[in-house]
Amino acid sequence: MISRRDFLQVSMAASALVGASGFGNWARLAAQQSLSQDQLLNFDTYGNVSLIHITDIHGQLNPIYFREPEINLGIGAAKGQMPHVTGADFRKAYGIADGSPSAYALTYNDFTSLAQGYGRVGGLDRMATVINSIRADRPDALLLDGGDTWHGSYTCYHSQGQDMVNVMNGMKPDAMTFHWEFTLGSERIGEIIEGLPFVALGQNIFDAEWDEPAELFKPYKFFERGGVKIAVIGQAFPYMPIANPGWMFPEYSFGIRDENMQAMVNEVRAAGAELVVCLSHNGFDVDKKMAGRVQGIDVILSGHTHDALPEPVLVGQTIIVASGSNGKFVSRVDLDVRDGRMMGFRHKLIPVFSDVIAPDPTITKLIEAERAPHKAQLSEVIGQTDGLLYRRGNFNGTWDDLICDALISEREADIALSPGVRWGPSILPGQDITREDIWNVTSMTYGEAYRTEMTGEFIQVILEDVGDNLLNPDPYYQQGGDMVRTGGLGYSIDVTKPQGSRISDLTLLKTGERIDPAKTYVVAGWASVNEGTEGPQIWDVVESHIRKQGTVSVSPNNSVKVIGA
Amino acid sequence: MEFSRRETIALGLGAVALSVMPFRVHAATEEVIAAFTGGADVTDGGVTLTAPEIAENGNTVPVAVNAPGAAAIMLVATGNPTPAVATFNFGELAAAQSASTRIRLAGTQDVVAIARMPDGTFIRAASTVKVTIGGCGG
Repeated sequence: MISRRDFLQVSMAASALVGASGFGNWARLAAQQSLSQDQLLNFDTYGNVSLIHITDIHGQLNPIYFREPEINLGIGAAKGQMPHVTGADFRKAYGIADGSPSAYALTYNDFTSLAQGYGRVGGLDRMATVINSIRADRPDALLLDGGDTWHGSYTCYHSQGQDMVNVMNGMKPDAMTFHWEFTLGSERIGEIIEGLPFVALGQNIFDAEWDEPAELFKPYKFFERGGVKIAVIGQAFPYMPIANPGWMFPEYSFGIRDENMQAMVNEVRAAGAELVVCLSHNGFDVDKKMAGRVQGIDVILSGHTHDALPEPVLVGQTIIVASGSNGKFVSRVDLDVRDGRMMGFRHKLIPVFSDVIAPDPTITKLIEAERAPHKAQLSEVIGQTDGLLYRRGNFNGTWDDLICDALISEREADIALSPGVRWGPSILPGQDITREDIWNVTSMTYGEAYRTEMTGEFIQVILEDVGDNLLNPDPYYQQGGDMVRTGGLGYSIDVTKPQGSRISDLTLLKTGERIDPAKTYVVAGWASVNEGTEGPQIWDVVESHIRKQGTVSVSPNNSVKVIGA
Repeated sequence: MEFSRRETIALGLGAVALSVMPFRVHAATEEVIAAFTGGADVTDGGVTLTAPEIAENGNTVPVAVNAPGAAAIMLVATGNPTPAVATFNFGELAAAQSASTRIRLAGTQDVVAIARMPDGTFIRAASTVKVTIGGCGG
């Protein structure tokens, strides 16, 4: 019988994501018609240094489906700029053919049918094959993990991140920075980092009490590779205690701290760094702004906002590389560093087509060891879906619609609120929904589903407040997530207005009445950053709801009217 | 998992706390600044004000000011009910004209630092500090 891999290799008549070298070659290369492991991994080794960037894996050990966003607005100067281009416009910008593997990997259109053709993406054992192939070309390539690694699945939750630590250690990263890892709590993150066989970086991780660099994390590390002295500076997610519960890691303070970033760049340059790499969890727009303010960074490896770009974005002399999320991509960046400076680069965003790239058996074994004790729990089928379940999008996603439905129905609420996180794989129509699938979109250490009363006025304040985290024209005031998802509540949002005047027309959907600012409504939600939040875990709420439904239906969501986009 | 009726309709604690006030400028701000400058013109530049873009905790926001050569620096939280935060005076022998403190902010607002130079001129820097409910990071 012909294997799925063989089938794709011999018969897929479509373009592949094949080596963009420098700028402008994407279109020509993407027009080539083939898809094979050799093609995906093919790279004409360049210069004297190779960087491998992986980021935002969110606990996904195994291959998954992941639909990219349809709506990803850029505000202010970012309007219409990468990565705020989606669908057909994105394909046009990079010369990607409709229906091609690149179209499937990078855009949302026809997702279900393309997913059925091209299969799942990611899986750490496939990523390992990609990494090993780069190391075969360049044995001393640096593997840099941008963080959001030890979070996001059933096994990750139950092992407090140990499953990801064990498997990632098998892939031998050289350095890492952080975001969701901190939600394991400061004691646990300290315990893991003390035993980590590579360096934990973050120039912006400070001791909250003394406002001095935290001892556990180093601002940067020097590596000598290919005769080049490389400094890798870490930049953790700046808004950790704001976007996530600060009470879980009260010892730490973050922030962008670009004045300290500049000081670190100056320090490493003075110490002889010929190449300065920033391993960042800022989010793309923050990285772009930082690249314009901090002088002397050659490469920013950008994470957090889950953007996948087939070419780096250039700001001054700095290239910014965005490598997607959930294990879907590996970026390879080859650099020519001579006379103490970066003379050129060659880059490739490698999509991890899991049916095309062979798994690395050593890593497969490690993954299986982590999953084996939980197999029965993971694989239990809770229900089915008749539509595509996905999360990405600025204002809503079908997974979040389902979660909001579960909150309203299981908690007898008028209105549901669900956080605008960007992680969580997609489920195709007709697919079973297993317990693992539910955990993949809900797992966190503060998953309590609260039920409370709020006035109409307070609900509006929340929407305005969260809206500004997404839509503030200055990226330094954004937190990199999407808009809070609402169930049972409709509203209009004018993305051109300032905070306080974006949100209008709040409507209680079950009655069609306008929300009364003075009236009190029952609101159910989850992932509150406040200590002492009470309620059942969100995954139990969602499981109970899906079990009752049997097959969940996905209907179009027109409850948010976007103005000015 | 099944929920009992009692569990279903129980109102839980925690949820969303914090009263977030929208951006505003308190009326007393102008008076406070006028009292410091005596109504003199204030020009931008020459002052470095370091404050977080988004406060991790609105009750204790670290702020640092630096104005080389200044005789005094006044720090104003323009949106607080009592906008005056502190005035730092520097003697002639002070090695550096800089100071840092932690301030409480009632909501998103501009923090302003105004420095009086020895020649009686005034310079300023401002920075918007956002105070937010947070909770939706990607």
